[in-house]
Amino acid sequence: MTTAAPTSSPVLTPEMVAEIQALFPRYPTRQAITLPALHIVNSQLRHVPMEAIPEIAKLLELAPAQIYDTLSFYGFFKSEQGGFVRAWVCRSISCALRGGDEVFQKMCHTLGVKPGGTTPDGKITLEFGECLGLCDFAPAVLANEQVYKNVDLDKVDEICAQLKSQAEKGG
Amino acid sequence: MAEFEPVLTANINKPDSHTLPVYEQGGGYQAIRKVLGEMSPTQVVDLVKASGLRGRGGAGFPCGLKWSFLPQNHPGPFYMCINADESEPGTFNNRILMELDPHQVIEGIMIGCYATKATTAYLYLRYEYPTAYRRLQQAIDECYAKGYLGDNCFGKGFSLNIYMHRGAAAYICGEETGLIESLEGKRAWPRIKPPFPAIEGAFRKPTVVNNIETLACVPHIINRGVDWFKSMGIPSDPNNPRDPGSYGPKLYCISGHINKPGCYEMPLGVTCRELVENYGGGVWKGRKGKAAIPGGISMGLLSESEWDTKLDFAGPGKAGCLGLGTAAVVVLDETVSMVDFLHNSCRFFAHESCGQCTPCREGTSWSERILYRIKQGKGRLKDLDLLQTISDSIGIMPGTTICGLADGAAWPIKNALKKFRGEFEDYVKRTNPNGYQNKEPVEALEVVGLGAH
Ligand SMILES: Cc1cc2nc3c(=O)[nH]c(=O)nc-3n(C[C@H](O)[C@H](O)[C@H](O)COP(=O)(O)O)c2cc1C
Ligand code: SF4
Ligand code: FES
Repeated sequence: MTTAAPTSSPVLTPEMVAEIQALFPRYPTRQAITLPALHIVNSQLRHVPMEAIPEIAKLLELAPAQIYDTLSFYGFFKSEQGGFVRAWVCRSISCALRGGDEVFQKMCHTLGVKPGGTTPDGKITLEFGECLGLCDFAPAVLANEQVYKNVDLDKVDEICAQLKSQAEKGG
Repeated sequence: MAEFEPVLTANINKPDSHTLPVYEQGGGYQAIRKVLGEMSPTQVVDLVKASGLRGRGGAGFPCGLKWSFLPQNHPGPFYMCINADESEPGTFNNRILMELDPHQVIEGIMIGCYATKATTAYLYLRYEYPTAYRRLQQAIDECYAKGYLGDNCFGKGFSLNIYMHRGAAAYICGEETGLIESLEGKRAWPRIKPPFPAIEGAFRKPTVVNNIETLACVPHIINRGVDWFKSMGIPSDPNNPRDPGSYGPKLYCISGHINKPGCYEMPLGVTCRELVENYGGGVWKGRKGKAAIPGGISMGLLSESEWDTKLDFAGPGKAGCLGLGTAAVVVLDETVSMVDFLHNSCRFFAHESCGQCTPCREGTSWSERILYRIKQGKGRLKDLDLLQTISDSIGIMPGTTICGLADGAAWPIKNALKKFRGEFEDYVKRTNPNGYQNKEPVEALEVVGLGAH
């Protein structure tokens, strides 16, 4: 972790700051807003840059290390830029029994990424997920807010095409 | 059982079941009105206690009893945390309730909060449920607009705020004290108990943690009464004074190698075989069953010959499983290799261990590596003993870890080795004919999937 030098332009936009501050009355401590704040930044930027950490820490009256400690516990938050579309392919038992691992493999091939990787154009990040709570539709894929149900190898091309067109919308 | 009338899922097939008007047309928000108008918090606690309702989140702790542990004469505030982290592989019943009948969930929360004197409720929802998030938030907004939430709910002098709090893809946030730590903005490291959350929970204040389905049962107990609730299920064992019985309706999930995966409401105590045959439409592709997970992967395995086990709180334990868990059944057909199954299970727990206790962190990740090695044809018979040793030595039961994740990691290993030992031995001998008797230490093949946390 490199220490962020004081930069001229902050990472958090005034809108993000306002959104974070609006949550203060909901909790008896500022620290409780750590996850919500990380989500606000992540949903806008598709990652949580290191430079954002001291800014969040200041708002929540914490040491940057406290924010980083929490952030690094949750594999969900990444410091490197992710794609506009983030897709999870379930690898847990109900999906694995119905071909989830093969679906994941084919999606990696079709999109040209390694597990956890982002496409070269920077638009789609493909990861495995643990049970997505969609076992009645196994194998299942979740991408941004979209659920793909009963995915089989034949559907992979179409799903990848849909992910690409979603990614176009996000710029 | 022919007379059984579903209540938890009574609304879900109606168009716009998630909206306030539809919920109220079906009799919604009558129970909370009755409670606020006619009952004291203590009366609600006593009623829920008398109903025998046990927690649906996995541990099966009697709900009314848990509520009664809150300190009297405490200046407050008291908190309610609603556990909607639902991440146990195979489990999706909370998702169905939240997506298709969020108001039923909210009415349960309201009554629970009134009974426990909580004025703030945090609904901790796993991140991977975006539809549930939207539906619940919409339902909460509808309630504020109607004066059902906020100050002076229903004009009855009761105040309650419900806030949604989203997780970040970590199974351990479902453990109640991990959830509390996560809510407080920290890593989700479960706390040593006692103190239990009822004494010192969220923000060090008295807190009740309840599962979504547990709370969804409460309005029906108010409306229909204790006798109705107790008319369903398996009564307590008269020879076991510590058995509180298994009463009421339950949402059973079934998935895996089954013709009709889904969530089915039934009285507690249906057998695994009935669930598979009568509701799940039988094992898929006309195949035979080999085994089933009885209640989420943490609970272990029932071999096909054990499928007549009753899925009530006591049943799976009698067949050597950890318990009923979330009552999520996953069916494995005759073609499944137990080596593959167990590797999948161990990989999950290695990924999800929070890393706080050494036996869990090391035990889960080594069991994954050993299974991977076996899978790759480099297994030795001694590895099976090693797995046995690991599974016997991690968890709350042997007393080496802080939370139950480790017991849940150990149980599939124990059950698989006990019930399918021959298959493991055979696999090892077949795939590693020259080395299976080797007793020298060997290197792990590859460090795969170390925990994300
Ligand atoms: C590793 C682990 C994960 C858990 N995950 C969940 C969960 O996702 N949802 C849940 O309600 N309970 C979960 N539990 C059980 C909770 O700790 C707690 O018992 C439950 O939320 C209490 O609610 P109930 O009494 O209404 O069931 C988990 C327990 C452990 C040990
Ligand atoms: S048992 Fe495992 S998951 Fe639970 S607190 Fe210990 S290390 Fe964490
Ligand atoms: S196992 Fe894949 S969604 Fe549950």
